[in-house]
Amino acid sequence: MNIFADALGWILDPANYAGPGAIPVRVLEHLGFTFLTLVVASAIAIPFGFAIGHTGRGRGLAVATSGGLRAIPTLGLLTLVALWVGIGLGAPYVALTVLAIPPILAGAYAGFEAIDRGAIDAARAVGMSEAQVLTQVEIPLGLPLLIGGLRSAALQVVATATLAAYVADFGLGRYLFSGLKTRDYAEMLGGSILVILLALALEAVFATIQRVVVPRGVATTRLPVDRARSARPRPGMEPAITKGNP
Amino acid sequence: MIEFRSVSKQFPDGTLAVDDFSLTLPSHRTTVLVGSSGSGKTTLLRMINRMVDPTAGSIEIDGVDIASLEPVKLRRSIGYVMQNSGLLPHRKVVDNVATVPLLRGVPRKKARADALAMLDTVGLDRALADRYPSQLSGGQQQRVGVARGLAVNPNILLMDEPFGAVDPIVRAELQQELIRLQTELGKTVVFVTHDVDEAFLLGDQVVILQEGGRIAQIGSPADILAHPANDFVASFIGADRGKRVLHVERHDGRDVLVDSDGRLAGVLVGDSAPGQVGVSR
Repeated sequence: MNIFADALGWILDPANYAGPGAIPVRVLEHLGFTFLTLVVASAIAIPFGFAIGHTGRGRGLAVATSGGLRAIPTLGLLTLVALWVGIGLGAPYVALTVLAIPPILAGAYAGFEAIDRGAIDAARAVGMSEAQVLTQVEIPLGLPLLIGGLRSAALQVVATATLAAYVADFGLGRYLFSGLKTRDYAEMLGGSILVILLALALEAVFATIQRVVVPRGVATTRLPVDRARSARPRPGMEPAITKGNP
Repeated sequence: MIEFRSVSKQFPDGTLAVDDFSLTLPSHRTTVLVGSSGSGKTTLLRMINRMVDPTAGSIEIDGVDIASLEPVKLRRSIGYVMQNSGLLPHRKVVDNVATVPLLRGVPRKKARADALAMLDTVGLDRALADRYPSQLSGGQQQRVGVARGLAVNPNILLMDEPFGAVDPIVRAELQQELIRLQTELGKTVVFVTHDVDEAFLLGDQVVILQEGGRIAQIGSPADILAHPANDFVASFIGADRGKRVLHVERHDGRDVLVDSDGRLAGVLVGDSAPGQVGVSR
């Protein structure tokens, strides 16, 4: 039990809030790293996910690729890339982007697939161009599930970003690695608690965003027509994504 | 006038949905395509706004081959009403109705004002304008769907089983509403249904379809009822049974109509001049 008290003592120790390795600096590094990783992963995954959801093509390939990417051990990939590009932040960015792509990709296309086919068909039949169907119908209606995917990715990245410290003097993972080396378990546990708190904070932020982006007509009372949601089974959907969907 | 000329449609999976179909649909009249599932009726309807392109043959609207028209532009000039309304769930009623005018570049303010007026036309309270589709009943949603279809004042209105998913009472109400609208507006309506009663009620011209879009019979409801072209038609419209086969019985000095099951269908009223038999229920 004492070790928790020590860890809390470590977190609250004013000495840890000054100098180059100060907690606020590490937290910001960690957050910035997570954010940038999500941005890069989104830039790759969202266009593909939208294309798959819009055309209905390439889904099988996406599921297989996502599965493959997920199966890669992040530490192994990190080491491999680090051997190639060298010590520094390059390798963690690559490894963590690979980790973040599958949930974002799944969120992007699952969001489109969950939309009532009738609404999309009607939008096209009354004269919306493909671009208009995408921007005026599919993206607004698919957004909640996409945010769900981002939320899931953010959680994985913020937790796994501790590995960045394996090849760089960077982020909250530094406390874990240095604590391990010096057998300073208070520092290790303190660092872990900080990561957990950060993850919980991100969860709260994304949960809020996810609620806010649900279009009003969809969020309001479910009167007779609620076929949209149950219309199609969604094989391959990640539980992590569905759980946040109200 | 819409003309189908030897139109065929084979889907990529090999299904021949429509085979060598020719038909003229007169302007300002309601043509009903009626048939069971697999008769290609919806495919035929969707060819008119190029949601489906034929694999052979051509379709002309007022003499213009629609294959030469840009699909998106063509669709914006044709009203489209479908089953389950197909409204955009994230847009308010008024914005749903204004969808196509906005796509055509009508200023937002005018589009909204027109949309409100259109709600009056289809018999919806303006108070519903700021609701979302999920907050309306099925019948109200269908009315919004009709309002959206009419919003650009199209010459042609395509209706794909628009009243198929509402309960019988609301359906009857919507059918009467459509008859009233059509008397006022005189659109070229193409209506698809599998319900023969609906077809006879709404259609000036009724087209009975068999599998593969083969035409079993074309004619006015009275023509078809009086002279079914063959056994398929007779059986499809139920001319040989039930409530379609009525005979007169004398009861207490009045003529009552009785169907083939012996059920009372109504009373014969007025001087029955030829072709003017009124049945009141």
